[in-house]
Amino acid sequence: MKMTRDIMGMPVAVDIADTAASAAPFERVFDYLRYVDAVFSTYKKESEISLINAGVLNINDASSDMQEVFALAEEMKKRTEGYFDITRPDGSYDPSGLVKGWAIRNAKRILKELRYENFYIDIAGDIASSGSNNGKEWSVGIRSPFSSNDIVKVVYPRGRGIATSGTYIRGLHIYDPHAKKVVESPYVSLTVVGEDICEVDCFATAAFAMQEKALPWLDSLESFEAYGIAHNGVATMTRGFESYTNI
Amino acid sequence: MKKIVTSSVFIIAFSAYALFQYFGSSHAAPADISTVANDPNNTVSNTPPMTSAPTESLNPGTKKGSSTTPAPSAKQQGQYADGTYTGSAADAYYGTVQVRASISAGRITDISFLQYPNDRSESLYISQQAMPILKSEAIQAQSANVDTVSGASDTSAAFRESLASALASAKA
Repeated sequence: MKMTRDIMGMPVAVDIADTAASAAPFERVFDYLRYVDAVFSTYKKESEISLINAGVLNINDASSDMQEVFALAEEMKKRTEGYFDITRPDGSYDPSGLVKGWAIRNAKRILKELRYENFYIDIAGDIASSGSNNGKEWSVGIRSPFSSNDIVKVVYPRGRGIATSGTYIRGLHIYDPHAKKVVESPYVSLTVVGEDICEVDCFATAAFAMQEKALPWLDSLESFEAYGIAHNGVATMTRGFESYTNI
Repeated sequence: MKKIVTSSVFIIAFSAYALFQYFGSSHAAPADISTVANDPNNTVSNTPPMTSAPTESLNPGTKKGSSTTPAPSAKQQGQYADGTYTGSAADAYYGTVQVRASISAGRITDISFLQYPNDRSESLYISQQAMPILKSEAIQAQSANVDTVSGASDTSAAFRESLASALASAKA
């Protein structure tokens, strides 16, 4: 059974293949995501993150979830060589690039704790999977960055997470924190597969700013695989990626 | 890719030569040298152009990556003019490699790296390994039924937004 909602301004889809699934587990996930939005939305003036950015609340006095996200942001910054950072130029924080993957990770834990084994959770194309779909592997299509109706690859994540960073905007300009200048990524779509959707999502985002180094960097990481599509329609993949394209 | 290979070949050649000279001088094994000289796999044509004047730059980028291992040649000592040679800065993909070699009495006495791509740990990590050759393909639309889709179009707005915030910090 599959249910969809629009939460955090994004399409959320949950598909549970276990026969025992009722509406309850879906609502648990949706409620949790609404809670996350209420705490972490930078668009909501009363959200905890807004209070922190307004200087009203100190991070040390914030909720344990907020502190966990900040600690995670620090960890991701280190593991992406500084390419992933939630700090804005004005010194305020926008953890939304991290919170989506973190929320999907936690939603997966919620369903696991409820003893569901076969499902996926998809928020705007970032997906956590578990088990299989009535004996078949869950399948995820990589959308063509040039034609939204087309799929250019089928991936079977086998319980792992998969996320794609990308844009239709040709020549997207991104800031390279190491070069300290605005650069143009050669990629228009970067798909990463790995155990934890939160890491996968962060790494896909960070790799974009690495430009040509994105795929070699992802290839150098153990247990992460990636498929990057460049402006010219040529895709480059990490050495282990093809293991996810076969049933 | 090719550049790092050629750079590596160059560096390995230098190091091998330095080691050879070191052991050659301390253990003096002329039999080994003649063996090397007669080995057709050890061509001398790929050794760095060290016979040039001290002011001339060495350019690792002009060397062919497909060359056989440029093992120390068996040429007589003294083929290199004394002096200090600075190689040109070679783009090794992860950064720039530039070395300086000191020649004394016709032999390499020192090789130092003026530039090496180790300013960031991932660069160092990669530079310590052989660069993988990653497979490429032209993308093709497929007609497949899939359970769900991961892609750019749904996320482009969120992506740009989160990316802008995620990466803007460096301005601080």
